[in-house]
Amino acid sequence: MDLVPALARWVHFLAGVMWIGLLYYFNFVQVPALKAATADNTASGITKHVAPRALLYFRWSAVVTWLAGATLLGANFVNAFTLRPGWVGIGIGAWLGTIMIFNVWAIIWPNQQKILGMKPASDEEKAKARRTAFLTSRMNTALSIPMLFFMAGGLTHRAAFGL
Amino acid sequence: MKNPLDSLWGTIITGLVLTVILVLAAKSLMG
Repeated sequence: MDLVPALARWVHFLAGVMWIGLLYYFNFVQVPALKAATADNTASGITKHVAPRALLYFRWSAVVTWLAGATLLGANFVNAFTLRPGWVGIGIGAWLGTIMIFNVWAIIWPNQQKILGMKPASDEEKAKARRTAFLTSRMNTALSIPMLFFMAGGLTHRAAFGL
Repeated sequence: MKNPLDSLWGTIITGLVLTVILVLAAKSLMG
């Protein structure tokens, strides 16, 4: 049925914009803003009211993006992930997206729970969690660049890069 | 050596370099 992949593509784009948009918000806006806010004692406004909401939409939009992408691949899911001929480009994009969602749920979110006080942690553990979450978020920002390159593949990529 | 991910420009450049490497890898995979 053509309707399912068409709807899956739409949902994949909608959720993907929210996921990567929030990732860029964290990296380009919130991290530098927190540094400035900490200096004038206003950081709690961000950590208490903004960050938990942004993280909620961030981690769940990642799930929706991945599931819609898997639905869109459908019967070619294995072809993409095993990089079969004709599926190399989107396969690399799918692997990068999968690494990124793993980073969100297995590394960023558990560490953010410690940073935001949702999980008990000593000051030392919080400092370590802050560094780990920061670097993983930055890694996901770096990975999003090739991920979007390969995800956006089409006729223009074929013409310009032979992909 | 400073971690390139500590700066936004370092992060963007890392992503661009990774893109070039993966494009070359993809092209060699496709023969």
